[in-house]
Amino acid sequence: MPLLEVRDLCVKYGAIPALHGLSLSVEAGQIVTLIGCNGAGKTTTLRTISGLLRPSGGSITFNGAPIHTLSTDGIVRLGIAQAPEGRGIFGNLTVDENLSLGAFARRDRAGIAKDREWALQLFPRLRERLRQNAGTLSGGEQQMLAIARSVLARPRLLLLDEPSLGLAPQIVQTIFHIIRTIREERGTTILLVEQNAHMALHTADYAYVLEVGRIAMHGPAARLAASDAVRKAYLGVA
Amino acid sequence: MADLLQILTMAVTVGSLYALIALGYTMVYGILKFINFAHSDVVVLGAWGSFFFAAALLPRMGFGTPLPWWAGGMALLFAMALCGLTGFLIERFAYRPLRGAPRLNVLITAIGVSLFLQNAGQLQFTLVRGDDTAQPPAPALRLPFGTQPQRMPTLLPDQDLLVIGEGQSTARLGSLDVVIIATALALMVLLDLLVRRTKFGMAMRAVSFNTDSAALMGVPVNRVISMTFVLGAVLAAAAGFLYVLKFPTVQQTAHPTWVLVGLKAFVAAVVGGIGNLRGAVLGGFLIAFAEQFGESYLQKYLGSGLKDVYVFSALILVLLVRPTGILGSPLREKV
Repeated sequence: MPLLEVRDLCVKYGAIPALHGLSLSVEAGQIVTLIGCNGAGKTTTLRTISGLLRPSGGSITFNGAPIHTLSTDGIVRLGIAQAPEGRGIFGNLTVDENLSLGAFARRDRAGIAKDREWALQLFPRLRERLRQNAGTLSGGEQQMLAIARSVLARPRLLLLDEPSLGLAPQIVQTIFHIIRTIREERGTTILLVEQNAHMALHTADYAYVLEVGRIAMHGPAARLAASDAVRKAYLGVA
Repeated sequence: MADLLQILTMAVTVGSLYALIALGYTMVYGILKFINFAHSDVVVLGAWGSFFFAAALLPRMGFGTPLPWWAGGMALLFAMALCGLTGFLIERFAYRPLRGAPRLNVLITAIGVSLFLQNAGQLQFTLVRGDDTAQPPAPALRLPFGTQPQRMPTLLPDQDLLVIGEGQSTARLGSLDVVIIATALALMVLLDLLVRRTKFGMAMRAVSFNTDSAALMGVPVNRVISMTFVLGAVLAAAAGFLYVLKFPTVQQTAHPTWVLVGLKAFVAAVVGGIGNLRGAVLGGFLIAFAEQFGESYLQKYLGSGLKDVYVFSALILVLLVRPTGILGSPLREKV
């Protein structure tokens, strides 16, 4: 049984459909990526999984139980964390407070302290800035904070929405390296939404290609990376 | 000198009341980005609630005049509980169903709730009939609202703590002023600690910055919003209670006195920078100072009865210089 199973998902903004019958599944322990162009519905998919949007049809099951009627905080408590598009940093709070909010739903102080230490080792830059207002961080640092914060929720499934967006190539490399580290050291399952198809396919085990609200192609990431259609449309190879 | 001290006392007393009310406006705005126009009516409910407690409930329970020493504190707690519950219900049943609706709809609903409270407050009915044969006799328990002004019973003696000067120009600091200022300041410090030091306060600040993002952290957004309304209403209750201690004529719920108190507190929130808690406190005192000092010192040039003019002039002046209020953050476009 897959950890996350999305079946025939339909989502509308008012009368305008954004997803029509999207299905995908994420096996435990894998990094799965969802790639596609602007407006294909990638962010909509993640927001619906997290309960910020209500589907007009279809179902989402996590660990065998339906979650598409639950509230967002209920979904977080089940073990699905998300680092949203645009990072969703609380600029009026300190870096430290942002990290604490990541662990908001947890009660185990000792565990939180341990995970916080682990995250700060992963992102030493954040440790230097703990007392600083998060709004003063650079874009790359904000992305690091967003990821560190979502790790502190100790999720079973981590949703990452375009973590490479707007970052310098050097930092993009670091971020993808850290995504792999999270899976290796924590065993966290990851659903990664990306426009940077090259890096995403290089990092993921399995990939879905989203085109205007439905899945156009899917398969092991290495195989998609080698396919002509994907190379032409998403990897910029003529 | 004595004049100055007298005006200063009045300005600080009235300012602390404005500040308490302004906090409720600013907290709700900070989280939901709309003006809760029914907030001033919750202040009035706090005033009438404490009047009901002191003038009807206590006598019915057998505590006549003079009222026991704890009556003041209990009246405050009673008003807080009543208003807290009302604030919760207003959010739950009037505003929450409109969470996804355009902001204008919520604003109009708030005006509707305000009118509802103002008019419902003029109803009068008897909760429990009196019983003259009982020992001791039990007076009827009336909901004491209605259209007539009532006189708040004396809950606290107003003793002179300090008297300066003689004859025409005396300044006095009464114990009532001290109680009002101290209670208001204590509540403000408590609120500040709650917002800055507790996990709940952190959640509140997170929701006010970005609601969706807070939800993604596992913050129960609806509960935080409910609690924000309850907190604002509890502060409003305290303000209403303290107001009728100071000015013991309890006017009917739609009376211009109340409308102006609410409006000035709203002005205070805007002047301080709406959405900013410390700004609301600052604005409250600033407005009260403009009102009291303007009335005293400009009277001989401009005539009397222009208190409200000074308040709104201060608003215009501040907004001309700082359109987002004194401590308000500059408008920024999200990138």
